[in-house]
Amino acid sequence: MSKKVIKKKNLKEPVDIRSANGEGWLYSDIVKDHFFNPRNFMKYEEEEKFKFNGLGRVGSPACGDEMVLWLSIDPKTEKIRDCRWRTFGCGSAIASTSILSEMITEKGGMKIEMALKIRPQDIMKRLGGLPDRKVHCSVLGDKALQAAINDYFRQTSQHHRIVTAGAKIIDPVLKITDKDVEEAVLEGAQTLEDLQKKLKVGVFNKEAIPALEELLRFYTEKYYK
Amino acid sequence: MLPKPKKVQEVYLDHAATTYVSLEVFKVMKPYFTEHYGNPSSLYRLGRQANQTLLESRKIIAGLIHAQPGNIIFTGGGTESDNLAIYGIARAHEQKGKHIISIGIEHHAVLHPLEDLKKAGLPAGRQGFEITYIKVDKNGLVNPAEVAKAIRPDTVLITIMYANNEIGVVEPIAEIGREILKYRKIHNTTYPYFHTDACQAAGYLDLDVEKLHVDLMTVNGSKIYGPKGVGFLYLRNGVKIKPIILGGGQERNLRSGTENVAGIVGLAKAFELAQKNRVKESDRVQKLAQYLWQQIEAKIPKIKLNGPEIGEGRLPNNLNVTFMDVEGEALLLYLDEYGIMCSTGSACTSESLEPSHVLRALGLPYEYAHGSLRFSLGKVNTKADLDYLMKYLPEIIKVLREMSPVNLGTKKHAQYK
Repeated sequence: MSKKVIKKKNLKEPVDIRSANGEGWLYSDIVKDHFFNPRNFMKYEEEEKFKFNGLGRVGSPACGDEMVLWLSIDPKTEKIRDCRWRTFGCGSAIASTSILSEMITEKGGMKIEMALKIRPQDIMKRLGGLPDRKVHCSVLGDKALQAAINDYFRQTSQHHRIVTAGAKIIDPVLKITDKDVEEAVLEGAQTLEDLQKKLKVGVFNKEAIPALEELLRFYTEKYYK
Repeated sequence: MLPKPKKVQEVYLDHAATTYVSLEVFKVMKPYFTEHYGNPSSLYRLGRQANQTLLESRKIIAGLIHAQPGNIIFTGGGTESDNLAIYGIARAHEQKGKHIISIGIEHHAVLHPLEDLKKAGLPAGRQGFEITYIKVDKNGLVNPAEVAKAIRPDTVLITIMYANNEIGVVEPIAEIGREILKYRKIHNTTYPYFHTDACQAAGYLDLDVEKLHVDLMTVNGSKIYGPKGVGFLYLRNGVKIKPIILGGGQERNLRSGTENVAGIVGLAKAFELAQKNRVKESDRVQKLAQYLWQQIEAKIPKIKLNGPEIGEGRLPNNLNVTFMDVEGEALLLYLDEYGIMCSTGSACTSESLEPSHVLRALGLPYEYAHGSLRFSLGKVNTKADLDYLMKYLPEIIKVLREMSPVNLGTKKHAQYK
């Protein structure tokens, strides 16, 4: 293969094919490795055999990404013994699910308490960074994990432990939540105008604008700074 | 990972994105960089020679589209020609009216200027344009009668592409042209003007402006084995446009800036060759496209051809296929490892993260657009290239489908949908 391999130094920074510093490959070597050699994905022949007690499904193919995660959790130790996944999505979506599956099962398995704390940044860090536009893919991974663990709580009748994503309504007229703003930022919204476009709304409720701007700043700093 | 071939071949199947410069074209361009470098506006010999060369290039191009040399405005490429046509007509004729007709599957070089004209402009209080987008059918085809029906007294421009870059649909330009002529005659007016973007058509279709009845036509060099960054706009006699680039008054004041003589010479040569070989080459690539489609149909389940059937209604070098349950960017990355180059309508490769506006305009659901690949064939492609592609594509699709949750087979999983 004649393709240039990205030097180690580039692993720290996300590489965007359209940016001036893009050097041949869109993603880091780690992303590339996990994309071409995905770990722990659900093979056809395992579909019936794989024993699991937590299943999470997030996204939809219409949005461009969908992820399903099967967890086998040891009820005694509450460690993730094994997992399988399937992902519909671009290279970074596949790689980020693969690396997430490694993170939660390595070293004897991660405790679900810890697994619930995994943030998108943690996945990105392990991947050696992602192009800005691709950040939303890895966010799906932590959401699938949370959904699967919630499913485990449900299956084991521990309903009190189910973590609900506490979405706070920011614009009561348009029913826009902080989660909506977070998603929009991850999809590249940088200004109020971008937000309107991403959220497909006409004009924001005037009283909600300061809160929206604050969230915009907050999530921009969280993911991009 | 899938087994890799001993030797990775380079298979370029993205000629609709751009083509290489053919050697024949490159050869005629060369001396204009280092020897005949004069400015065509200069009075001394070197300048006069450059000017003479420009005139000759203009003549060659004009002859090929049934026009006069004075109708050809050289520009910096297809995007600029489209912009010049749209802003040029809009700004020169806004006194007459502020209505433009187009279709939703145009290239962004047309759509973005149109959307920009919609905004109320400066000076403050000036009203924006109204744009009517005529709906296309499920194959991307526009109905000429519907275009005619949309014409109003204040319509100044109709802009419809000759052939679409993504799905290869060939629009009925001549028929639309005739409808417009009819309207003008009945209403005793010179409006609306008719522009077509023929960038994708230039190598494969007849560009005779008298047969097409167009008043403006965009062509560029980089799709016909000519240089990038050069194109032309055909402008019919008597049609006024306002320039968008101001300066030294070159190109009859319609496009200032020292002429790109080497590029223009290359464009003329490339266009000449493209039109000369048009029929033969169209026939050859169409057979290849047909072969590729048959192979895909035979070897890969759950697919869909986007755009019209292979035949007269479709650019002969274009094939656009949706592979269900997989995502286009992931496919591209895999194919790239095997040296195969093509493009996708998936959102993941676009700056906006929105899937192709063309596929969506056909009424295809988002997931169809995400899994689409466009193969666009060209002079270098042979059957062996397609066999190489087909050696790996079915396997790649299989691997990605196994990784995809979209179509989980068993009931056990389906309930979580």
